[in-house]
Amino acid sequence: MKKIVFIFSLLLIGFSVQSQEVKKNKNAKITFEVDGICGMCKKRIETAALKTQGVKFVLWSVETHQLNLIMDERKTDVLSVQQNILAVGHDVFDADDKKVVATTEAYNSVHPCCKYRDEEIILDHKGDLKKQKKQ
Amino acid sequence: MKKKILSSFLLLIPFVIFSQTTFKGMIMDKNNPKDNLGVEGASVHWLHTNVSAITNKKGWFSIPYKEEYKKLVVNYLGYKTDTISIPSLKAIHHFLTEQSELKEVIVTAKKKATYKPFLTTANMFTVNSDELLKAACCNLAESFETNPSIDVSFSDALTGTKQIQMLGLTSRYLLITEENIPSVRGASQAFGLTFTPGTWVESIQITKGAGSVVNGYESISGQINAELVKPFSDNKFFLNAYSSLDGRLELNTHFNQRVSDKWHTGVYIHGNYRGEKFDKNNDNFLDNPLANQINVMNRWQYIDAEKGWVSFINVRFLNDEKQTGELGFNPKLDKGKTNAWGSEIDTQRFETSLKLGYVFPELPYQNIGLQMAYSNHQQDSYFGLNVYDIQHQSVYSNLMFSSIIGDTRNKFKTGISFTYDKYDELVNINNFDRKENSLGAFFEYAYDNLDNFSFTAGARIDTHNLLGTFVTPRLHVRYVPWTNSVVRASFGRGKRSANIFAENQQLFASSRQIKIDNVDGNIYGLNPEIAWNYGVSYMQKFNFFDKKGDITFDFYQTDFKNQVVVDWERPQEISFYDLKGKSIANSFQVEINYNIAPFFNFRTAYKYFDISTDYKKGNLQKPIQPKNRFFANLSFETLAEENGSQWKFDVTFNSIGKQRLPFTGSNPVEYQLPGYSSSYQILNSQITKVFSNQFEVYVGAENLTNVQQKNPILASDDPFGDYFDSTIVYSPIFGRAMYVGLRYKIK
Repeated sequence: MKKIVFIFSLLLIGFSVQSQEVKKNKNAKITFEVDGICGMCKKRIETAALKTQGVKFVLWSVETHQLNLIMDERKTDVLSVQQNILAVGHDVFDADDKKVVATTEAYNSVHPCCKYRDEEIILDHKGDLKKQKKQ
Repeated sequence: MKKKILSSFLLLIPFVIFSQTTFKGMIMDKNNPKDNLGVEGASVHWLHTNVSAITNKKGWFSIPYKEEYKKLVVNYLGYKTDTISIPSLKAIHHFLTEQSELKEVIVTAKKKATYKPFLTTANMFTVNSDELLKAACCNLAESFETNPSIDVSFSDALTGTKQIQMLGLTSRYLLITEENIPSVRGASQAFGLTFTPGTWVESIQITKGAGSVVNGYESISGQINAELVKPFSDNKFFLNAYSSLDGRLELNTHFNQRVSDKWHTGVYIHGNYRGEKFDKNNDNFLDNPLANQINVMNRWQYIDAEKGWVSFINVRFLNDEKQTGELGFNPKLDKGKTNAWGSEIDTQRFETSLKLGYVFPELPYQNIGLQMAYSNHQQDSYFGLNVYDIQHQSVYSNLMFSSIIGDTRNKFKTGISFTYDKYDELVNINNFDRKENSLGAFFEYAYDNLDNFSFTAGARIDTHNLLGTFVTPRLHVRYVPWTNSVVRASFGRGKRSANIFAENQQLFASSRQIKIDNVDGNIYGLNPEIAWNYGVSYMQKFNFFDKKGDITFDFYQTDFKNQVVVDWERPQEISFYDLKGKSIANSFQVEINYNIAPFFNFRTAYKYFDISTDYKKGNLQKPIQPKNRFFANLSFETLAEENGSQWKFDVTFNSIGKQRLPFTGSNPVEYQLPGYSSSYQILNSQITKVFSNQFEVYVGAENLTNVQQKNPILASDDPFGDYFDSTIVYSPIFGRAMYVGLRYKIK
């Protein structure tokens, strides 16, 4: 058990070292959080991010709200990607984990079922996540 | 008792466009389901690997993912250790239970047994193992009994072999692959599908129309790929026993073993035996051959998730023996004599293959794959006084690189392939030897705008010692005109050398004389077959009475530029000649899937085929090919109990329209057949009782309504005379056959 923990800490250290690189990386791995609730949001977020010149690969998770991307730092930066996501109406979290809110206009452009700021709609989607039956 | 979690996003298309490398989930405490409090510091790892992760403050973890990983183990001090089945990349939310608490939470939802993916560019659908359990499915050929797009029929009156057709063309025009390595081709064309036991099949992908250039230039009407069970994910032990009232016994066993963190191995053994003689139609000929087969496969699977390596090594050996003919035929005494007519077909086949895949760990969208396969197929057979032996050695190799251009909306695959085939045939006293080799390069570009439009365009150039140097283009387009609909179109070209004897083996079990119109071509004096295939397909999902369904219209045309015409139109001969004029196969299909209630599905299809060829006699419809077919399938399951126990019911109905029969008008009256066969209906059904997750029993009936062709063998009373012919078979011969079987597995 101790060993495992140790290995993990090593791995984690490896990750943090990576993200501190200042060199312009051709295949930089970036992760930040984007607010959204469903598969439709996923499509909207991923498309917006991928259409940014220099972004090669995008993956947004409905459950964790984590956006993973691989991008060419020589061609783009995280800010431009985030701008594009904000433009389609999804809030993002910047490097200090501070929420950057999309304009009301942009937010209003998302499909009614994707109003991720609305508690009720969030609850609606919870049902999709799992159906439990107790035996 | 293990917990299970199945994906429940049936609304969302369970198809992932991106290859994903991490799997995420959240671990929560069952005591606080309301607050969704995550458990910090729980450890998760993939079963039998050392790939693991620890949950963060919020209870979230993310762990490297490979498709081979199916089971995730969750550990947390003071809580029960759970092993969760991970069917897809969907993130999970899992509640841990305190050690003291023994109540279970089980999460289930119904996965569809077949689904038509919404997002694939090609007109492709997947048949998974649930669907394959709906019928006896003794072998790959029978796996399509419940599938509307593929027609299964008997190839002749003697060998009991099932053949398949798609778009109205026999399987010789399909590219059939096993895990993307071409398999049922050349010498194994006639019986090859029966050489893969049904239990070995994990899933089947069926593509209508032109296939991908990645797998070669031979595919004309479509592609069928069978994925076999894999040592890593298959049950530790599996046993299937089967017995049919037509005298067939089967035994399948799988043993899978983890050898180390990275190596898994599996041994799969299949045996079937039929020792009873049946002659229900009293024509003095066996309705089904006496047969025995032993089929053994050993697979090794290597996975190194950290470094991105995956590999498979397969070795397989098969020995198949069939004896058919007259009831009293004794091979030892009567072989080569005219006192009784009989036939023996002995096949031995050895196959080995290696697959090596490397996914760049930092670039989930980039990989390199290498495939190499060798097979040696030896068939020794005689049919009455006709002798037919064939040996076919084959080498296949393919090296492929996949990556993106700019971003994942633009993907490409490129590579080179090499094939070598050596044929050695003996037809009575004539030897036919031929060597084929080819070297090719391919490039396939796939574009997807992530919304309503995608296409795949591929081309390959091959240089072949007998077919020459030629280009094979293929194109698939997908467009979404409005919500819940898809329009697909495809076109492509295919080229192949026709193995006239291997593909039409039933001709030997007749008195027909073989004629080949030699035009100095490279293959039996004939030229290669070339065809273009075009097609459009439209699918619309709908809601009817609040229940989901979909309707699909398919129209495909195959236009032969050259074809080796197989001409049965003179009853005393079979002739092969190059097409002069037109040969066009049109097929139209409407298919409706409807989910009547949860666990209650209905599928129906109407198919129309118009397949005409310019024979020497003029333009005729293809013989023994119904113009109209109707298909319906109903399946119902009761809700599974906690231990997995449930009932499953399945019924398949086929209506086969009238079929044109080859001309027999010049025969004596008693050996004449009408111009057309009458239409008939067939009903198959199966009931499965699942007792637990380990054990189930099934009982079924094929051809419930007992349809039988009256005299499947012409001149069966005079098998050595001029009119003997067992090739004109248009309906079942045996009649009703009940079967019973069991499946037992240890996960």
